[in-house]
Amino acid sequence: MAIEVDMMKKVPVAEQDPLVRARNFDEVCLGYKEEEARAESTRCLQCKNPKCVEGCPVRIDIPGFIEKLKEGDNAGAYEIISEASSLPAVCGRVCPQETQCEGNCIRGIKGEAVSIGKLERFAADWAREHGINPVKKTSGNGRKVAVIGAGPSGLTCAGDLARMGYEVTIFEALHKAGGVLVYGIPEFRLPKDEVVAREIENVKALGVEIKTDYIIGRSETIDELMEDQGFEAVYIASGAGLPMFMHIPGEQALGVYSANEYLTRANLMKAYREDYDTPINKGQKTVVVGGGNVAMDAARTALRLGSDVTIVYRRSEKELPARAEEVHHAKEEGIRFALLTNPVEILEDEEGLVKGIRVIKMELGEPDASGRRRPVEIEGSEYEIECDTVIMALGTTPNPLISSTTDNLETNKRKCIVADEENGATSRPGVFAGGDCATGAATVILAMGAGRKAARGIDDYLNGRQ
Amino acid sequence: MFKILEAEVLADKTYKMVVEAPNVAHACEPGQFLIVRADEESERIALTICDYDREKETVTIVFQTIGESSYKIAEKKAGDSFIDVVGPLGNPAEYVNEPIEEVRKRHYLLVGGGLGTAPVYPQAKWLKEHGVDVDVIIGTRNHDTLIMEQEMIDAVGEEHVFVTTDDGSYKRHGMVTAVIEDLVKNEGRKYDRCVSIGPMIMMKFCVKMTRELGIPTIVSMNPIMVDGTGMCGACRLVVGDEVRFACVDGPEFDGFKVDFDSAMKRMKLYKSEEGRRLLAYQEGSTHHGGCGNCG
Repeated sequence: MAIEVDMMKKVPVAEQDPLVRARNFDEVCLGYKEEEARAESTRCLQCKNPKCVEGCPVRIDIPGFIEKLKEGDNAGAYEIISEASSLPAVCGRVCPQETQCEGNCIRGIKGEAVSIGKLERFAADWAREHGINPVKKTSGNGRKVAVIGAGPSGLTCAGDLARMGYEVTIFEALHKAGGVLVYGIPEFRLPKDEVVAREIENVKALGVEIKTDYIIGRSETIDELMEDQGFEAVYIASGAGLPMFMHIPGEQALGVYSANEYLTRANLMKAYREDYDTPINKGQKTVVVGGGNVAMDAARTALRLGSDVTIVYRRSEKELPARAEEVHHAKEEGIRFALLTNPVEILEDEEGLVKGIRVIKMELGEPDASGRRRPVEIEGSEYEIECDTVIMALGTTPNPLISSTTDNLETNKRKCIVADEENGATSRPGVFAGGDCATGAATVILAMGAGRKAARGIDDYLNGRQ
Repeated sequence: MFKILEAEVLADKTYKMVVEAPNVAHACEPGQFLIVRADEESERIALTICDYDREKETVTIVFQTIGESSYKIAEKKAGDSFIDVVGPLGNPAEYVNEPIEEVRKRHYLLVGGGLGTAPVYPQAKWLKEHGVDVDVIIGTRNHDTLIMEQEMIDAVGEEHVFVTTDDGSYKRHGMVTAVIEDLVKNEGRKYDRCVSIGPMIMMKFCVKMTRELGIPTIVSMNPIMVDGTGMCGACRLVVGDEVRFACVDGPEFDGFKVDFDSAMKRMKLYKSEEGRRLLAYQEGSTHHGGCGNCG
């Protein structure tokens, strides 16, 4: 049956019912069916000067792949995407499209933007379901490059370098490859076995070797990799690092988690599954502090573990840094938002267990350095929220392992590794860096974009073009 | 996979294993630790490195069973393998990277309580091998729970090893703090550094004693950890007035600055859930909740 298309509106995508999904870890968004994707693809204006591509950190030929979908050539669409992205099934799910490709879409000026993310996801899922592997192994050039960290940035850089013929080894500290895709982003947003593991297999199929349980900075230093193991260049993509706390009274109480810990227990260590040993505190009432994607992920995970959840965020709804879709989903699932509210103290009982959080109301004042209006406390507006679990989702500070064990590697005042935005070059010749370890916590796609640029930077460097 | 070459029971619930782990064995130093995962469903368990052999590419671990995942580690036999061994983690002991002439000017007192005797061993061995004066106190509940006495004697010499038991069933009677006081006040021994490793409550009281005696003291903290690589923040501690992370800032800290009370409180978090899971694992299909009243 043909689908009627309203050119001003996106073809709706099926989602699990909010009340049902709030109790399971299955994927929320079910993705387009073939006829839905085909219908949505007709909404693309095929701009000659496509603004959407400019908004994409890895520069996917968006009109090109959408045209293929329209023609019914799903494999062709996937091929076009794969030329630019090693992880399309991931990006179709987790990119903040509304501020990137879809944010620039001309269709979006009068109506709704083309649903580029959902179309990308469709093409990638279709290819996977039909056993299409995008990659051909290139004949090697025999030159070795090391990549530190098997997250989105490292995987992208490794994939691109392998396509150019380099012999690439990724060193991963955890027992599983994927970085934030496996420890951070929850199953209900990004299925681990079907999607993440399969895309990592695609990178391996290019000839990339991934060594897990291998800690650079401890087992071996960057210098040892280059001097003793024959790696001619190194790309550092070691990720964001340690969680930040607020330094308010009660933060050491039992039941206060960082979002990193909470999500790692739930995702990487699969605490939500009975067959895994990992313990997690299944609270009755959880307060999540923060307004980014990580806060939404933690909140929705706590909800699925059976807790009532409130998000406390010090600015207003407009400033929430999370993807619009995550905020929308969180609300649909019944998560409460205490906006313009900031914690001042975590309250604990005689046993040291969390029993509540004292918060204060805020109002927006003058814009601060980030351009967002600075929240200011409203005197005398303190009140308490009863809870047994508090999850702090306030961002991270860089992991010191590599910068502290590598001489002459310049870091900035936030302790991030200083890397050239265009090619990833650091203060050390042959050493490149990108992703969260260089920028501070950002998004999957920005980390992938940095990996892509660094692959070109490394290729230029090794061929004396720089 | 990481093959287990030797496995033996040292005492009740206390095990020793020699494991093939080249990446750890090549690089580890006294003070560092590693993480083991027994199988796919297991937790990542932070364990002490008790010894290492760079040529054979092996490490020796000593551990006690507490929850389900450590029980699974203990069930492994020689010839079996672990799915993951990762390390070395944490920083080496401070003297490892200091000029050795400076270290040799000091007299070291190492204090191992219970299982803490195991991580004290590579420190004692390293210091002795580098010509540093070292005395070792081993504190334990009773004679049956004593571990590694002979190894310690072989490493530093019998006259430098002092064993004390809580119940007086072997050698000295009493807590390690009484031995420290005795060695300093009655035997006139002088120490410039103390390294204390053991249960948090022991380290807390050990520090109380060494503070009175004016001996700067390093303690090795073993809080709850998940990834152990500087990502999750579970191992946070209050040291001085700062939040520090045992996995990347430690595990060794200035004992005079550690807030032991908050650290001990945080250790309680998963006690009941781990206990219930262990019971369910041990009792298998006969487990209905562990109350003993079923049937």
